[in-house]
Parts: sequence; C-alpha cells; structure tokens
Amino acid sequence: MKAAVLVFPGSNREGDVAQAIELVTGRRPQMVWHGDGDFEKVDLIVVPGGFSYGDYLRCGAMAAQSPVMAEVKKRAAQGVPVLGICNGFQIVTEAGLLPGTLMRNSHLKFVCADVHLRVETSQSLFTNRYQAGQVIKVPVAHAEGNYFADADTMKRLEDRGQIAFRYCGPDGSIVDGRGNPNGSSSNIAGVFNDTKTVLGLMPHPENAVEPMFGGTDGKALFEGMVEALS
Amino acid sequence: MKARVHVTLKNGVLDPQGKAIGHSLNRLGFPEVDDVRQGKFIELELAETDAAKARARVEEMCKKLLANTVIENYSIELVG
Repeated sequence: MKAAVLVFPGSNREGDVAQAIELVTGRRPQMVWHGDGDFEKVDLIVVPGGFSYGDYLRCGAMAAQSPVMAEVKKRAAQGVPVLGICNGFQIVTEAGLLPGTLMRNSHLKFVCADVHLRVETSQSLFTNRYQAGQVIKVPVAHAEGNYFADADTMKRLEDRGQIAFRYCGPDGSIVDGRGNPNGSSSNIAGVFNDTKTVLGLMPHPENAVEPMFGGTDGKALFEGMVEALS
Repeated sequence: MKARVHVTLKNGVLDPQGKAIGHSLNRLGFPEVDDVRQGKFIELELAETDAAKARARVEEMCKKLLANTVIENYSIELVG
C-alpha cells in the first residue's frame, strides 16, 4: 500500500500517522506539502491532525481551500481512499468530502483522554479488521470535535450505515450519551462518505499502535487498510 | 467600497460560547440577559465600485470560505 500524508502549516500528527503506516507496511509514506497541487499516485491519502493554518476562521476552513486539497477532491471523486483524522476530519468536512461539520466541544474545553469507541461496521476498507459492535480504546485530543449535521443528514447517515465509530462506555453502551467527550450528535466519533471510501474521525488510532503507549487498538485500522489496498 | 459580513450560527444550532458569555454576564450583575448568540464580524475592503457586482462576489466568498453553511448564516452590508 502506497500512502501519502498531507502536511499543512500547523499540522502536528503527520509524523505519528506516518510512523503507524510504516509500522504496518514497512514503507514510509510520501509526505505532501499543502502547496503541492500534484503528487505521486497513491493508494491512500491521509489528512493528519494538528492545527492547520492556526485554526483561523474555522478549524480546517483554510486548509480545505489549499492547492493540495483541490487535488485530493479530484482523486476522492475517482475513488481514491481518504482518511481524515482529527483536524484532518475537520478539513475533509470543510472540503465537502464528508457531510456535517465539527463544532466547538459542548463544554468548551480541550479534551485529551483515552476514550472508548464502538465500531459500527466492519464493512469498509478501513474497518474490515474489526467486528461490528467491538469496543476499542484510543485517545482523543481536540477542542472542536462536536459532530453536527442537520436532521435529514443524520437520518441518511444512520440509514445508509455511514457511521463508522461512536463514543461509548467501556461496555459499548451509548445510553444517555455515555462516553461522549464533546457533545457530538448521536455520539458520533467518525463517519464515512456514501461510498465508504472517505473516513473522517476525531480520535487518533495512529497513537494506539504500540503497547508502550498504552494500547494497540488503533493498529487494526491500518492493518485493515493494508489488506484492502495492497 | 467596504463590505461588512456578519456570520452567525443558525437557529437551532447549539452555541456553547454564547451560553458561557450569557452566564458570565448574569454573574456580573446583568440578570436581564436571557439568551446570547455570538458570531463573527468580517470587514472587507473591495476594489469594486458597483454595489450589485460587489454583493454577488461577497456572496460567493461567504459560500466558499467565510461561512460554513451547514451551521452558519451570513449577512452582507455594503458601505461607501
């Protein structure tokens, strides 16, 4: 699997995700600067976390209009898989590759913690190494992770199985917003586009791939992509 | 010509920052403050002199970058 990781001024998790990809593929991904309108053909494009353009205007708003994102939109339309993590999730929603948007956390605080996620489907190139309903533990670190979409969009996401991950309690329960760290609608932590070739999520699976750092539950996401895309 | 753009959250979209501002004002001795909605104010200096053309362009800017129409409304005021 050949991967590209985008780098914006203010990105800060690009090294983490590059490392996670290298861990499962044995191959360093290509790092692509935001001003590059063209880059090598790859099997996967990753939009990493951080604070692109200082989060000016709205998180991800400026990055979504950068030259590299124009190219990403073109390739996504051709079916090239795109993974947006944290700020990357904000960027891909601002770019219109995913429905909805990420708002300020309902309690207005930056949240940095391990959270439990329920995998909602294993039927995607990103989640095929998980079981539907499986509970995993990965970290979050954000101030704007409160997913919001209008009622019609929410219904469509539910009906079409476009919800990838939900925040939950350790037992997988989402009753009364259990485990929800940011006020996100329906406990949504990650969503797919309608072809399930674009995934955006707030948590950081790339920071849960080595036992030394508290868990390896994120590793299966990368292994699953390798399996699907190699 | 100047364009003044106000970007505000749509009705029904929760505004935790507005809520926090409201609580602070209540605590500071302004119990009459009920609901607070906060937003952004953006002022643009334009080379355009035709008001209709300027408005159309700023409208485009709002849709493309200045506002996120999933959650935000915008209003445009032209001056001078």
